[in-house]
Amino acid sequence: MQEPLNTAQMKQILEAALLTAGQPLSLDELLRPFDGRMERATLRMLLDELKADWQQRSMELVQVASGWRFQARPEFSLYLSRISPERQQRYSRAAMETLAIIAYRQPVTRGDIEEIRGVAVNPNIMRQLIERNWIDVVGQRDVPGRPSLYATTKTFLDDLNLRSLSELPAMENFSQQDILFEPPQPE
Amino acid sequence: MQTQLAIDVRIYGEQLDTIPQDLYIPPDALEVYLEAFEGPLDLLLYLIRKHNLDILDIPMAELTRQYMDYVEKMRATKLELAADYLLMSAMLIEIKSRMLLPKPADIEQEDDPRAELVRRLMEYEAIKLAAQRLDEMPQVGQEIVVAHAYFEQIAVAGPPGISFEDLVAAWQSVLQRASHFQHHRVGRAELSVREHMSLVLRRLQRDSMVEFMDLFDVVNDGLPKLVVYFLAILELAREGLIKITQQASFSPIYLQAQER
Repeated sequence: MQEPLNTAQMKQILEAALLTAGQPLSLDELLRPFDGRMERATLRMLLDELKADWQQRSMELVQVASGWRFQARPEFSLYLSRISPERQQRYSRAAMETLAIIAYRQPVTRGDIEEIRGVAVNPNIMRQLIERNWIDVVGQRDVPGRPSLYATTKTFLDDLNLRSLSELPAMENFSQQDILFEPPQPE
Repeated sequence: MQTQLAIDVRIYGEQLDTIPQDLYIPPDALEVYLEAFEGPLDLLLYLIRKHNLDILDIPMAELTRQYMDYVEKMRATKLELAADYLLMSAMLIEIKSRMLLPKPADIEQEDDPRAELVRRLMEYEAIKLAAQRLDEMPQVGQEIVVAHAYFEQIAVAGPPGISFEDLVAAWQSVLQRASHFQHHRVGRAELSVREHMSLVLRRLQRDSMVEFMDLFDVVNDGLPKLVVYFLAILELAREGLIKITQQASFSPIYLQAQER
C-alpha cells in the first residue's frame, strides 16, 4: 500500500467510492477506506472540495438524508430518460395524499389519515408505500387496538433529494378567511 | 369537451348541466365522475372552490340531497365509497338541523356547527396542496438519475494461508501420537529429506489434496522417519512446490501441489 496519501489521492478515493456506490454513502462509510487515518472534519472539507471540482461537469455531488451521492445534473434528466423508458411508477392522487399526511403529520395511524381525507385508507396504497420503503411502522399508539404509527423513512428523503423533513415544501396554512368564513352575525 | 350530465345536479340553485371541463368524464359513467374525487371532502371542496360558494352559505339541504343521489347510485358497485359519502351526508344533515334549532337566549352562544366542517375542509385542502407539491418534486427513479459506475469487486483469490503456530501445533500432535507407538528398531534406515519430498509430491499428484495428518503413518513409521517427512514438507513449502492451507483456526491443515 502506498500510504500515506496526499489530498488529491484522498479526493480520488472518495470520488471513486461515491461514483461506484449507486446509493448515498454516509460519513462513516466514507471514512472506512482510510482506515481510521482521517478526521471527520477533513472528510467534510474534502467532500466540499470535491463538490466544487465537479461544478462544471455532468454529475453533481449532493448531500441527502443518508449521506452523499453523485447524481446527473437535472438538465440532463430528460435526455437520460429516453435511454430507459421504464421508470419508477408515479403514484395516484390518493397515494400522494396519504403520503403527504404521513410526511407532514407523522407519526400517524390509519385512523388519522382517514380522519383527514374523509375516506377509508386503501390497504394497497399503504403496501405500495411500504414496499417502496418510503414509510414504515415506528410504533403503536397507546390506545385500544394499539394501532400502528407510520412515519416516512430516510429513503423517502433520499429519493426526493432532501436532507431532512424540514426541507419539505412548507405546508400552506389556510386561514378561515380562505374558506370564506365569516363569524356568525349576532342576532 | 362539453358533456351533458345524465342526472340533474344543482349547485347553489344553479343547474349544473355540463361536466366541468377540467375533468375527463365519459358521458354515461357517473361513477367515473365520482372517482375523480378522493372522497366526499374532496367533492365538497371542489364544489366550494369551483363555484365560489361561501361555506357558511351552503344550502345544506340541497347539497345533502345531491350526496344522497350519489350514495344511491354508488350503492350497487362501490359500497365502501358510498359509506364515506353517507357519513358526510349525515354530517351535513346534523349541521343543518343544529342551525335550524332555535337558540334559547339564556344559553351561551355555542360554536357555529359549521366550524368543524370548515376546519376539516381547510386541513384537507392543505394536505391536498402538499400532496401536489410532493408529486411535483423530482424523484430518484424519475427525474433524478443516481451515479452508478461499474466496479468489479475482485475477491482475494486462493485459500487462506496458515500460521506458523498452527503448523507447529499440528507437528506436535503428530509427535504425540507417535509416542504411543514407540518401539525399538534395529538397523539404520537410509533417510533423505529429498526422497521424502518426492514421496510427498507423488502422493499429492495422486490425491490432489491430502490432509496433513494423513501423511504420517504414526503407527508404523518411527520418529526419525516422521521428522524427515515433516522436514520434507517444510522444504517443499519453502521451495514453493506445495501449498499448505487451513480454512479456519483448528480446522484440518491440507497440502496441495502448487500449480504451475
